[in-house]
Amino acid sequence: MTESASSPIVETRGLEMRFNLPTHFLSREKPVLHALSGVDIKIEKGETFCVVGESGCGKTTLGRAIMGLLTPSSGEIYFEGQRIDTMDEAARKPVRADMQMVFQNPYASLNPRRNVYQTLAEPIRHLMPEKSSQDVRAQVEDVLDATGCDQSWQRKLPHEFSGGQRQRIAIARALVTNPAFIVADEPISALDVSIQAQILNLLNDLQDERGLTYMFITHDLSVVEHFGDRVAVMYLGQVMELASTEAIYRDPKHPYTQLLLDAIPSLEGGSFDAPREPGELPDPVNPPPGCPFAPRCPIVQEICRAERPRLRPVGDSGTLAACHLAE
Amino acid sequence: MPLLEVKDLHVAFPKGKKGEVEALRGVDLVLEKGQRLGVVGESGAGKSMLAFAILNLIAEPGRVTQGSVTFDGNDLLGMSERQIRRIRGNRISMIFQDPMVTLNPVLSIGKQMIETLKAHRSISTREAHRLSVEKLNLVAIPSAESRMDAYPHELSGGLRQRVVIAIALLTDPELIIADEPTTALDVTIQAEIMSLILRLCRENDVALILITHDLGVVAEVTERIMIMYAGKCVETGRTRDIIDAPKHPYAVGLLKALPQNSAKGAKLYQIPGSMPPITNLPTGCPYHPRCERSTDECRASMPPLTQGVACFHPMHEQAETAQ
Amino acid sequence: MITWQGFLKRFLSDPVAIGAGIVLLILIVMAIFAPFIAPQNPYDLLQLNIMDSDMPPSWRDGGDERFWLGTDAQGRGVFSTIVYGTGISLLIGIGAVIVQGVLGVTLGLWAGYKGGWIDSFLMRMADIQMSLSTLMIAIIALALFKAAFDANIYADYAIFMLILIIGVAEWPKFARTVRSSVLGEKNKEYVDAARVIGLPARKVMWGHILPNTLTPVLVISTIQVAEAIMTEAALSFLGLGMPTDKPSLGSLIRSGFEFIFSGSWWITLYPAIVLVTLVLALNLLGDWLRDVLNPKLRRGDD
Repeated sequence: MTESASSPIVETRGLEMRFNLPTHFLSREKPVLHALSGVDIKIEKGETFCVVGESGCGKTTLGRAIMGLLTPSSGEIYFEGQRIDTMDEAARKPVRADMQMVFQNPYASLNPRRNVYQTLAEPIRHLMPEKSSQDVRAQVEDVLDATGCDQSWQRKLPHEFSGGQRQRIAIARALVTNPAFIVADEPISALDVSIQAQILNLLNDLQDERGLTYMFITHDLSVVEHFGDRVAVMYLGQVMELASTEAIYRDPKHPYTQLLLDAIPSLEGGSFDAPREPGELPDPVNPPPGCPFAPRCPIVQEICRAERPRLRPVGDSGTLAACHLAE
Repeated sequence: MPLLEVKDLHVAFPKGKKGEVEALRGVDLVLEKGQRLGVVGESGAGKSMLAFAILNLIAEPGRVTQGSVTFDGNDLLGMSERQIRRIRGNRISMIFQDPMVTLNPVLSIGKQMIETLKAHRSISTREAHRLSVEKLNLVAIPSAESRMDAYPHELSGGLRQRVVIAIALLTDPELIIADEPTTALDVTIQAEIMSLILRLCRENDVALILITHDLGVVAEVTERIMIMYAGKCVETGRTRDIIDAPKHPYAVGLLKALPQNSAKGAKLYQIPGSMPPITNLPTGCPYHPRCERSTDECRASMPPLTQGVACFHPMHEQAETAQ
Repeated sequence: MITWQGFLKRFLSDPVAIGAGIVLLILIVMAIFAPFIAPQNPYDLLQLNIMDSDMPPSWRDGGDERFWLGTDAQGRGVFSTIVYGTGISLLIGIGAVIVQGVLGVTLGLWAGYKGGWIDSFLMRMADIQMSLSTLMIAIIALALFKAAFDANIYADYAIFMLILIIGVAEWPKFARTVRSSVLGEKNKEYVDAARVIGLPARKVMWGHILPNTLTPVLVISTIQVAEAIMTEAALSFLGLGMPTDKPSLGSLIRSGFEFIFSGSWWITLYPAIVLVTLVLALNLLGDWLRDVLNPKLRRGDD
């Protein structure tokens, strides 16, 4: 593997997130939910890094931890080489202008009582207070244009817009401080199918124009194939496979990735003809030792149940897989 | 005689003080015994409305204003509530997106299943119990016997939906109407559930109406498709024909917009604009504002459904699929 | 989301709302412009003439045109006392609700947003407070106050005491209402978006969440005003509220009560009618407001 010339824009090392579940104060058990169990990823500048997985895999938690909405239980998060999870607010402010987020639900991500201008101006006013009100206005107008919104929208309230329009406004809000890095958490799942393409194209264009780096969290694998440069497949708080999109689709190494790809309905038909064994996600509150996928894995061996596999290079396309048996 | 025949169905809702707005504007449907039909469209197109109308479940203040629904020779819309209850949940079962619409959170799974059976058949509780366990096994619920005592909240989303399918199968229905049954589920669970439904329908000759917006699922599971837009059917035909060579510009657009059909990294085809709300429909063909082939004729009058397409200028060539 | 135009339209199409609104408006205007409307100032001792006392309403025998609704035992015109009294009742009602509101909303916002032990603590306090009836707390507090200070000081500060006591006693209602709204709102993504840009907790609470929790607060405010007015009337009737020389509607009812059976029924009856009307109008408006602002009852034309 060649050394990359520049360091990654975002990096996590050994990231863990544990949540203490609420219990009766007299009970003995103190259940802990392991949302992230040691995640190491490096996101390169300018790429679209996709994080895929099913419910409970931790992909949303990962995005929120990177954005600072959650404090990691252990591990480190780096942005442009600086450690950000331990920064105080004053130091973090300039970083915040550089990292932004687009959320899943366009019906809940805009404050219903603020008009579009107020929503878009707030990040600039808070993170760049030195800007004059003309500057703020100019920036807001610029970002409305860039996202295909009409200038007349500034005075309107969110409920006057459709889902697709709201998501454009949400994207505009993410762009208003000129960030370098955007976490997009399922940005199109809540939209109608014919609008999804519009928003994806918009995100693509913006990336080309502004050199943005995306962390794209999704469960929709067809979007990943089309849009992503590299993919991390997560299962129960751990990364199971990390590879270029092309490699993952051509030659998935991890059994879970293979299961996932196999489950995608194809327009040719025929993939649902064979019966499938039901497999349930194990409980993130009491994760089994060893590989989290062991209970469901078709090629499971003793070692898989005993020892947790670490991400290691498998094959020659640069893929990393967390599996004892993959090759 | 077809199993289900829907003719010119219109459903309307009151608007304002005096007006009415139509959510379904003249829909026809023919379903043979054991046939699997996919009803495809976006939210607001009227697909769920169609399902509810067929079962005469349109809630006040909406109402069916025109048309007929005939199931095995019986006129469903003309029946009394008592008569139609012998068909609903018995000969026609329904599966919804949210299992908690079907499952009562305060009753155990077993109790609900036994109740359902006894409502439609005179059998003993023991026999009903046995049949219920049998169906739970059929849908591959692990430790079915002990699950009979479990409550819905103790099961995961995927298992709950399987229980709902088991309940739908309890009375050996002739038709299952499934409204977005797997939209809220993870993709691996979706694959399991849809292959289960497919297998059960094939093995037991059960007809299926699958309502969804997911063209992939429809391609896997159904034999025929009906594409809905703004309360009307705009294209219908065999699944393979429509997926490989759609004729209506909307269907063409939908298929072109799928990421699977775009070259990697290329711009996705996007249909401009959005589906109009039923309260504010354009004149003539409802799709014309978004259609690149629209002409004055399209703006003036609604194209009739001929040879499976409701369009004055349907496409004839093969749809492009990027390999 | 209801807009101002939609709101007005709903109001104008509902006869009950219009009726209640008009009545309330009349009473409020009457109270504000009391000095101009009342034919006499019943608290100006110089204007009183004991010879005018106990006169029946003007349309009855023995009535006098100057005193439309008759006079009380001190010779004050009943109409005039009602006009001033309504103002005092309203003042106490609105004042108490402002106190309840500010206290309750602040605590509810804190409890809901912070969660954890702050939430548990505040909600237990609220539970304890709610299990004690407001009237009982007020009676005890006011009785102590009255016993501790002499009559003049009491008279001067009664109005503040009433506002304060009724206000503080009822904060749990507002707190719980706001708290449940906050619990719903804080999981919404616009709150995350505000936190992502690094807004401090207080700005998120007050700037983003609070405005979205005010709808239910508005609904209960109207009804709480009615409640506060009734509570004060009850206290005054028991002799613990406003003094008889600066009466609210409740005290007026009280001072006329002893005369009901001895013949001068008008001294109690008319203030009572006005009190009931005022409270009824507030309740009707409150109910209407609750139905209009309830998102589940939204009609298609919003």
